[in-house]
Amino acid sequence: MDFFYSTANLLYEWGPNFLRGLSATLQIAFGAYLLGLTIGVLGAMGKIHGGKYLKLSLEIYTTIIRAVPELVLILLLYYAGTSLLNQSLEAFGYNPVDISGVAAGVVVLGLVQGAYATEIVRGALLAVPKGETEAGIAFGMSKSKLFRRITLPAMIPLALPGLANLWMIVTKDTALLAVVGFEELALVTKQAAGKSRLFLEAFTVAAFLYLGITLISNQIFKLLERRATRGLPKLEQV
Amino acid sequence: MVWDWLPEYLPKFVDGLWVTLQLFSLSIFFGFLLAIPIGLVQVTGPKWLGHIARGYCTLFRGTPLLIQLWLLYYGLGSVFPYYPGLRESFIWPILVEAFPYAVVAFSLSVAAYEGHVMKGAFQSVPKGELQAGRAFGMSNFTLLRRVWLPRALQNVLPTLAGEAVLTLKSVPLASTITIFGVYGVGSIVRQETYRVYEPLLFVGFIYICLTGLIVVLFRWLENRVPSESQL
Repeated sequence: MDFFYSTANLLYEWGPNFLRGLSATLQIAFGAYLLGLTIGVLGAMGKIHGGKYLKLSLEIYTTIIRAVPELVLILLLYYAGTSLLNQSLEAFGYNPVDISGVAAGVVVLGLVQGAYATEIVRGALLAVPKGETEAGIAFGMSKSKLFRRITLPAMIPLALPGLANLWMIVTKDTALLAVVGFEELALVTKQAAGKSRLFLEAFTVAAFLYLGITLISNQIFKLLERRATRGLPKLEQV
Repeated sequence: MVWDWLPEYLPKFVDGLWVTLQLFSLSIFFGFLLAIPIGLVQVTGPKWLGHIARGYCTLFRGTPLLIQLWLLYYGLGSVFPYYPGLRESFIWPILVEAFPYAVVAFSLSVAAYEGHVMKGAFQSVPKGELQAGRAFGMSNFTLLRRVWLPRALQNVLPTLAGEAVLTLKSVPLASTITIFGVYGVGSIVRQETYRVYEPLLFVGFIYICLTGLIVVLFRWLENRVPSESQL
């Protein structure tokens, strides 16, 4: 009972801060996910259709990003990215800018997500049966129409489980930004815990907030998947 | 790029590598040990146990490892001193160290992720093979040891390799609770030498090597296990 009483106290005093942290976390996760998807689609195209050097550099990008810890990447890209940007701004005679935490977080996590998304989209694109696209060509469809009407609808059901997984990963990876001092849910929680001395309560609240995000997005992705696979033969539930 | 700090700090990096490897292998070991029953009770056995196991997986896969780590270390760590008798007991010296908390947090997380994988793996073993084992008069445990587990593992070795790499990549999180693995040593170097990139690049390089090592190790394991494509 003691635990619930102090949790209620904590929420009363720090509730708005938790909500602000939650909204920052969701914003970054959403931005990074969109950026990652864009990189993923472009990267997959490059890996399949690109020239030798494009393929090689994409291979290096996905390999390195997937082998180095996210924390190291975040620090590297955060410091390197901001100083590179400011140096180039100065070189062109502009004043250096302060990069907002949200923008930096979105770019860094987006680049990490992009590497994983590239592999997922590539796998899905390659798994689209050749006969279907050939049938489209035989109908005289233009390239963009072929992609929009045949390739995209055929690959989405294949890519969705992986992409859903990526969203779960990015919502949790935002917690790493706490280490570079960005005020999202994890850092807000740590501050609340330190100030109120209610460590157990604060981290439990944060855990449930993250769990809530996961459970809700799980349901949304389930609906999306049902819509994307409509008309397809039902797979045996494994 | 200035690398003159490297010779001075290299011994520290070796110590850090040792800490990283210890944390990694202990959590993989205990995590996998837990993952087998967690996967198994979701496929067979009483329903309520399966529900508990599924809830456990959802809970630990749905929250960031960083929060779990802090919840254990700062949260539970701040509660323990209030339990009378714990201070005098023999486990107190363990409870004031950060390393055991990290091992517990990482193992629980690994158990959840791999438990989820193992559930699918146990399901994918053809029923006929289990029935064949039963027909030979195998006990439940022998059946698990000789047929079910080996067949399940065979199917998911590549997935487990991926999970192992993800676990390795989350080891730097332990630096937030004062455990100085490779990443922690890198941060010390950055504070002491004021070099921003070089220590990070070096840490990244070590991790790429470790990841490569894990991938090679698992590929070797996969080749030792006969698979259907080789038959």
